[in-house]
Amino acid sequence: MTRDLSYAAVLSRKNAIMKSSVGIDYSRYETGKISFDYERLMKETGYDLTAIQAIQQAHGVGNTPLKELPNLTALVRKTAPEGKGARLFIKDEALNDSGSFKARRASISCYHAKKLGFEGVITATSGNYGAAVASQAAKYGLKCIIVQECYDSHGIGQPEIIEKARACEAYGAEVVQLSVGPELFYHFLCLLESTGYFNASLYTPFGVSGIETLGSELIQDCLRQTGRLPDRVVVTNAGGGNLTGTARGIRKTTDQPIEIVGASVNLKGLHMASDHDFNRKSFTTGHTGFGLPFMTNPDRSDVPRSAARPLRYIDRYVTVHQGEVFFITQALTLLEGIERGPAGNVSLAAAFSLAKEMDRDQIIVVQETEYTGAGKHHQAQLSFARKNGIDIRFGNPAEEIPGSSIILPQRVDLIQAVDLDLTHIRKSAIKNAIKDQRHLEKVDFAYLVEETNTTPDFVRETLRELQVDWEE
Amino acid sequence: MIAKNTWVRIHKIILRPEERAENVPDDTKKVPFEMWDKGFLLAEANLGDEVQVRTASGRIISGNLLEANPAFHHDYGDFVLEILQIGDIIKTTMNGEPQ
Repeated sequence: MTRDLSYAAVLSRKNAIMKSSVGIDYSRYETGKISFDYERLMKETGYDLTAIQAIQQAHGVGNTPLKELPNLTALVRKTAPEGKGARLFIKDEALNDSGSFKARRASISCYHAKKLGFEGVITATSGNYGAAVASQAAKYGLKCIIVQECYDSHGIGQPEIIEKARACEAYGAEVVQLSVGPELFYHFLCLLESTGYFNASLYTPFGVSGIETLGSELIQDCLRQTGRLPDRVVVTNAGGGNLTGTARGIRKTTDQPIEIVGASVNLKGLHMASDHDFNRKSFTTGHTGFGLPFMTNPDRSDVPRSAARPLRYIDRYVTVHQGEVFFITQALTLLEGIERGPAGNVSLAAAFSLAKEMDRDQIIVVQETEYTGAGKHHQAQLSFARKNGIDIRFGNPAEEIPGSSIILPQRVDLIQAVDLDLTHIRKSAIKNAIKDQRHLEKVDFAYLVEETNTTPDFVRETLRELQVDWEE
Repeated sequence: MIAKNTWVRIHKIILRPEERAENVPDDTKKVPFEMWDKGFLLAEANLGDEVQVRTASGRIISGNLLEANPAFHHDYGDFVLEILQIGDIIKTTMNGEPQ
């Protein structure tokens, strides 16, 4: 019997496909009308920190150096108020096999797939995660398929994504490239169903818990090198896994409060599913087009319940402009002699700005870098943007219009992260979580408090605004 | 004619415009949902023919033959003067000269 491969038929089989391709019965963790037991999901299906460290150490992942950036710190202090300008540190994650922190996520997914006896792994990603899964799959002798959103309808590919395809092929993976659109998920489901491979999703407990070592390491590195804990850790935020995993690892290593700041590139106004807009952005991830929807609705991911739940951990959320990230990427290269990819420097641009408001004895840690090269270099990206009609010039980055301009700061003091309103984001998250429910159970109420990292009063007020009843 | 077992790139329309998902923007809905993949050609064929290939993961898939011996040509882009000018701004600031 042949299966019905129509769009509607395949999507209607989504839950069954997911269940067999990640080996997790998510329904076991549902607790109320809208709630599920997140910690139990993480505990029962994932691996603990010690096990993850051992798996990663044996597979070319982790123990990356934490590097102080004295010259960038000096540049911060040139424009900071008297006595201000925190010490900047960066966790050089580009030195993981495959060139980014995503190797931490891939290592656990591939280990688990091998343990369960899967023949291969599949993941849908246009970013560094593809190279990471392909690299780890090679180590375990797993077959590997990477599904990319790569080309617009004119067949023009984003250079960064094409470079990722090259890297994946170099590690022996098959790369399925698709044009713009959310139907990628449909094709991804078709591939999972026809191959029976493991879904190495970014959003399983494996994909997220693999980053806990990064949070743990940066605390230990910082203590060893400076004798003190970092005051702030800045994390580039897209799907939320990076922030979630890092914060969880930090909490498992110290009980001291450390401010967790999420940072995304501001791509306001660009539609992520638009064929026209696709090649008018210079960042394929780490941007608000993923960061905001995934923060306010984490379960929009490719598994029934995402293990990436950034609102539970984030203390502050800032945006930076594309021009600021390109500027800081060049500054890192020239001042510190570290040439890295721009996408990994989103959090560095934010940290550069945030350091200006901190005391000189304070420490701000940027928790990743990524490799650079053809397609992924800031020159490749700026050149591609110019060819797509983007106006690139010096000025005030605050005036940048995503899709129309990239404004490089004409003065260093114009690098300025912009705060997003987390209260508004938390209310949106509650609204999305309750969907069309009009009455919530006690367990749902407690879930919303945890999910938004707020107070019962905040949740009560929001539910009243939404005209929803609840039990406590 | 492209010989059997040549490494090739194929192209396929996965969904025609009228088959696309409801929630895509109008500009995207006007165009088909397309796929590109690579593999070893199972039988000799001409460019544009519908062919079968064996992919890197061992799947046998079909599509239209687009290119033989496909290579990557992405690079560091054209010269971008502004990157050098960023260096000037940084040096000036580090030297404490007025901006």
